[in-house]
Amino acid sequence: MSPRARTALEPSLTQQEQLRNFCIIAHIDHGKSTLADRMLQLTGIVNDRQMRDQYLDRMDIERERGITIKSQAVRLPWELDAKTFALNMIDTPGHVDFTYEVSRSLAACEGAVLLVDAAQGIEAQTLANLYLAMENDLEIIPVLNKIDLPAAQPEKYAEELANLIGGDPADCLRVSGKTGEGVAELLDRIVQRVPAPSGDPDAPARAMIFDSVYDSYRGVVTYVRMIDGRLSPREQIQMMSTRAVHELLEIGVISPEPTVTKGLAAGEVGYLITGVKDVRQSKVGDTVTTKNKPATKALKGYSEPNPMVYSGIYPIDGSDYPNLREALDKLRLSDASLVYEPETSAALGFGFRCGFLGLLHLEIITERLEREFNLSLIATAPSVVYEVTREDNTEFIVTNPSEFPEGKIKVVKEPIVKATILSPKDYVGTIMELCQSRRGTMIDMQYLGEDRVQLRYQLPLAEIVFDFFDQLKSKTQGYGSLDYEDDGYLPGDLVKVDLLLQGEKVDAFSSIVHRDKAYAQGTRITGKLRELIPRQQFEVPIQAAIGSRIIARESIRAIRKDVLAKCYGGDISRKRKLLEKQKEGKKRMKMVGRVEVPQEAFIAALSSDESSKSEKKK
Amino acid sequence: MGSALPLGLAWPESNLIPPLFGTDRSFHVYVHIPFCEVRCGYCDFNTYTAKEIGSVSQADFHDAIILEIERSANILASSGYPVRPISTLFFGGGTPSLFSDTQLAAIIEALRHNFAFEANPEITLEANPESTSPRYLEELAAIGVNRLSMGVQSFDSAVLKTLERTHRPELVADLVAAAKGAGLSTSVDLIYGAPKESLDSWKRTLNEAIDLGTGHVSAYSLIVEPGTKLARQIKTGELPETDDDLDAEKHQLADTLLSEAGLSWYEVSNWGEPSRHNQAYWKSADWWGYGPGAHSHISGNRFWNLKHPLTFQQAVATKSPVAGIEYIDEKTRFEEMLMLELRTKEGVSTSLLDSLKVHQETVDNFIKDELLAKSGNRLSVTAKGRLFVDRIVLDLLTN
Repeated sequence: MSPRARTALEPSLTQQEQLRNFCIIAHIDHGKSTLADRMLQLTGIVNDRQMRDQYLDRMDIERERGITIKSQAVRLPWELDAKTFALNMIDTPGHVDFTYEVSRSLAACEGAVLLVDAAQGIEAQTLANLYLAMENDLEIIPVLNKIDLPAAQPEKYAEELANLIGGDPADCLRVSGKTGEGVAELLDRIVQRVPAPSGDPDAPARAMIFDSVYDSYRGVVTYVRMIDGRLSPREQIQMMSTRAVHELLEIGVISPEPTVTKGLAAGEVGYLITGVKDVRQSKVGDTVTTKNKPATKALKGYSEPNPMVYSGIYPIDGSDYPNLREALDKLRLSDASLVYEPETSAALGFGFRCGFLGLLHLEIITERLEREFNLSLIATAPSVVYEVTREDNTEFIVTNPSEFPEGKIKVVKEPIVKATILSPKDYVGTIMELCQSRRGTMIDMQYLGEDRVQLRYQLPLAEIVFDFFDQLKSKTQGYGSLDYEDDGYLPGDLVKVDLLLQGEKVDAFSSIVHRDKAYAQGTRITGKLRELIPRQQFEVPIQAAIGSRIIARESIRAIRKDVLAKCYGGDISRKRKLLEKQKEGKKRMKMVGRVEVPQEAFIAALSSDESSKSEKKK
Repeated sequence: MGSALPLGLAWPESNLIPPLFGTDRSFHVYVHIPFCEVRCGYCDFNTYTAKEIGSVSQADFHDAIILEIERSANILASSGYPVRPISTLFFGGGTPSLFSDTQLAAIIEALRHNFAFEANPEITLEANPESTSPRYLEELAAIGVNRLSMGVQSFDSAVLKTLERTHRPELVADLVAAAKGAGLSTSVDLIYGAPKESLDSWKRTLNEAIDLGTGHVSAYSLIVEPGTKLARQIKTGELPETDDDLDAEKHQLADTLLSEAGLSWYEVSNWGEPSRHNQAYWKSADWWGYGPGAHSHISGNRFWNLKHPLTFQQAVATKSPVAGIEYIDEKTRFEEMLMLELRTKEGVSTSLLDSLKVHQETVDNFIKDELLAKSGNRLSVTAKGRLFVDRIVLDLLTN
């Protein structure tokens, strides 16, 4: 592919009418990253030799799981009607856990490409992200992707899209991120439709921070969208929220590697490096101005994300605690939505209570901690935040089941969400069953097309954080999609189920469940643990209890022997290697009292039977 | 020896293996005879069933071993070891009883010529009942073999069938008697825990073995090694899984019956008059293993030969037949000592535990649980602890 624009416009000298800032919003798996790949190639900033799949996904985890976690902003040169333009594309994550990051990206754009899989149609997150984009007054460009697929039904879904956002189905572009078909037309359309930025180039500088990333070599790299004025290298910049002043060491654009520029002008998107080491000093949502000619009014920021689920994270080896703290501090530099505070568990020792946007977020953070910082960790079963009031009217905020207050409880309130589920109509029955089994109350149901249904339910968050999504996927053969939003707190008949190993309560295994489900939960946890905990040299009784009442019990028989009969003649090396392997295996075990409990038991025990491993790529 | 050889370093070009931990250990020899009539289903040892393997012929294979013996004597001398007489010699396999007395005599002669033997060496040969005769036993005695280790495994023909052993158990009694008549010490090897073997079957095997009146009995629990036919049969469901709990009972039964018969326990799987050769392994003495796939330990140098008889034979003719070598550092040496010595009745010295920085609390807990017992400055496993040696070693090293 040869690029259409022969010369790129120079950053810092580009007029606003030559700029277009857009993002791509889509349901996960609808081909956003592949489309972005084609755009990089078609505009010539990545040549065919350098090209690799999901070019913009820099983290190993992103590439392996095929998801985008951090948003990226890339400057693309493009030419239309003999005029050259610079397009800034902001790639956004599509998972429901990362709505917060999507909303930040949206605020940096004037337009959004609404990308829909031509074989699947609109999904729950398409809707959620579309509404977000509309709230931000973005110009929406509807696009059907994957038209190369045999199962593609562009006519049908163009109709659906038109119904949703208004307009003519014929206006809906048809592209294939895989083959590149229609991508040039899409870039043309972006130039034609997305409004140019309209900041004041002569006003004092105001730049919106929409992302902040920690780089171990460069310190904090801050991504900004210039609204008014300009920023230049070596200038003194000021954060409007904290008034902190930093020197601008480097300023540039991403295209698609970081490229130093002579500055950034109004309307442009780029990055800043100040030598700051802590991302909190370069807070997402803050406004950057200059020290010499400061702006008086900050831009409207973003609301801080509220963690939806909490989990305790503990090092298997207690001496790793300081390393875990350091690792969390570092991750927090690049992930402002991660919150944590120290906590102590009788079973697990010193660790941190961490708040996450959702389960995928939890998984990704623990995986990054283990992989990037070489830690062996235990994450306890996730819990939502309960509001507990005792008979004496003392109130407790419970993020950890083991902190559930003792004594007479007056009321327990739990977080509720409003869930939107989209699915082909054939699965409505099974979805309703699923929601009912999760204590859901239907709000409404409506048909979006002739065979696509939208169901809205009020559901306790606790019922969906774990495996609801996996269940939905498997019960709808992958067609169902889910999005949810916070819907306040409601009282529920909730109790704490404790777990005892050898008669000792293990706080890390406590859970808060609805009274009707407590017995089943107790039976399930004890059964799971019997499978997961290897036999020890002594018998290990496992019990589940509500207060002092035992509701389920199991027992792990004592092992009778653990010795290899022969020494393989003189092959001592082989015997020693077996010992080394056993030492490694033991590192994945946590001593709870005298019982060795494998790492995975801490989460697996509390997940439901039906769910296998939670799906990675959703 | 097992099927997979560990990865090691290349044999040094200097051809030297300098002593890492002194030269005052006793010296022992193992000779591997890699031939068998048939391969048994559970076996992952380095054995070959053909009489001819390419250009390798069973009839003159001892020549390669003699060549290796001569080379080893040079290596030891130039590496600074004094000439140490051999205190024990063990012919293992494979089926060493497939070698003729003249082949074995040639090997013994080569060893005598290069190293000499101690005054009362222990010279053991592993034998299969089918390839052994009273006359052969006389011949063995004549060339200096003084201990016979008979591979019986079981007296239950159903169990032998599962193991794919082809010998007839009824031959054993006469052979043991003949061996005794020829003046040999005797031992039988038994295997318990084969799929479908009942506790009763094992009891009968033990009683028959005791009736033989051998001075020594080895009783190993069957280990299903990956890659063997037996492992496949279990995987496909043709045979049931082995049962660890039942194995534990069988071990205890063996201990009870053998002790009653006057054969006292001295190592995880061994009872009776201790085999001095096996003790050399457990006490980290020096030994040179000759033949394909054989392992050696010479003062902190652990090395092992190429496995295949043909590549082995070719290598011996031109250079070193060693496939890999490792040099043991002090910490590893202590760990090995713990791992091996704790298997024996003598146990380990408490100073070894100190060197390994073992936590006293871990030791105390094992003593409290009656898995370990202390006597003076020695710590050894109890009857109950014998079945947990690997676990105890792991915990001592990691808790």
